[in-house]
This record gives sequence, structure tokens and C-alpha cells, in this order.
Amino acid sequence: MADFSAELERLRPQLLKYARLQLRNAAWAEDAVSDTLLAAIERPQTFAGQSQLKTWLIGILKHKLIDQIRRNSRELSTTREDDEPIEDELFDSTGHWRDQPQDWGDPEHALRQVDFMRVLEACVELLPGQQGRLFMMREWLELETDEICKELAISPTNLWVMLHRARLRLRECLQLNWFSGAQLAKES
Amino acid sequence: MSLLKRSCKEVSLLLMQAQELQLPWRERLALRLHMMACDACPRIVDQLALMRRATERWRSYSENE
Repeated sequence: MADFSAELERLRPQLLKYARLQLRNAAWAEDAVSDTLLAAIERPQTFAGQSQLKTWLIGILKHKLIDQIRRNSRELSTTREDDEPIEDELFDSTGHWRDQPQDWGDPEHALRQVDFMRVLEACVELLPGQQGRLFMMREWLELETDEICKELAISPTNLWVMLHRARLRLRECLQLNWFSGAQLAKES
Repeated sequence: MSLLKRSCKEVSLLLMQAQELQLPWRERLALRLHMMACDACPRIVDQLALMRRATERWRSYSENE
């Protein structure tokens, strides 16, 4: 049991990282992680390794995050940054790309690298609050778009505007920090 | 906006939606016509596909490693 608690404690920072990425609120993230660890301690199990334990904990965390989203749904609103029309920076008034999209080359080459995952994670973290939350709900919690609309009481049109902006921002961030060769992660 | 003419800006949204839902036939046709005439947007298709695979991989990385 002492070992089990120690293992949980060791994984806590990772759980907190994803909780923060999802909720964009430090206090709610702490609550979700505490709830997760309490639930885990109440039914200790043995795992073949740290990786299996993590998979189990992340599974619990995902449920606790949805609980937190429900509990705080009234406060999950857009920020000023969310409302900035990034699309107007990327497209001209006739709807053409201001800068031609570049060839990103062989996808496997990028995807194989752990550094690329780190850059992607940093780019998700840089998304404005509501866009980050919606992106995570869709891509990490894997909620269906109609579930997201229901939980947050937003219209499908609004959801798509925000997801569109989130992906355009993510694309810009990856272009800047990976594909243009700057590769921030490699320096750190 | 003419019946089947879409700008790159509109197409970038349609491409993202097409990854997740079945677009109405008119939008699918408009998308196809745009792609035949545009140099820039086919690259976005590749970029979006890469981003999709990357987030999938990141998700499983977050769960297992």
C-alpha cells in the first residue's frame, strides 16, 4: 500500500499537466487530480508496470475532468483572445491565403520524434482558454461534437468557429516551431 | 457567394469538418471543385491529416508513456 501511494505520487505531476491543459484553471485541475488519486487509493490494484498504472489513472482522470467541466460549465466562457479572428490574419479579404501553406514533408519523419510530441503539447498549451478546452474535449477526451455543445451549452456553429480557430492556431504554431526548422524543443 | 464557389478560408473550415462529419453533397462538390483549381489547399489537406495523426499519437503517448 505504501508503495502504491508512492507510485501515485510519482505520476501526480503528469496527471496535473493534462488536467490543466483540459480545464485551463489551476484550482479545478488540482481538484480533478485529487479526486482521481482518492478514487485510486480506495481501490488499490497491482499493475505490471508504471505504464499500466498510468493508463488506469488517466482513464479515471478523464471522468473526473468531465465532472469538473459539468460543475463549472457556467464559468467556461471565451476570453478576449478566443474572440480574436485569427482567420483574418491568415486569409485576405477575398478569402485567399496570405502566405502559401508549405509542404510539411514526410509525416512519419515528424511523428516518430518525441520532440515533435513536446512541441505539439506546447502548442496546445498556447491556445486561448476556450479553444484549448474545446480542442482537448474533442481530441483528448474524445467527446462527440454534440456532447461538447450540450455540456457547454454552445451552438454547433460556435463550436466549429472555435475548433477551426484552434486548429488554425495549432497549424501556425507547428509551422513556426517545427516545420520552419526553428525546432524550439531541441534547444531546451 | 455563388452556388459552388468557396474561398480558401471557407475550404479550410470545410476540410476540418469533413474529417469528422458527412458534409452535404453540395459542400462536397464545392470542395472538390475548389481542390481541382487551387494550389494551396491540397497542402492543407496533408497538413490536417498530419495534425490528426499527431494528436492521436499524442493521446496514446499521454495514456501510456
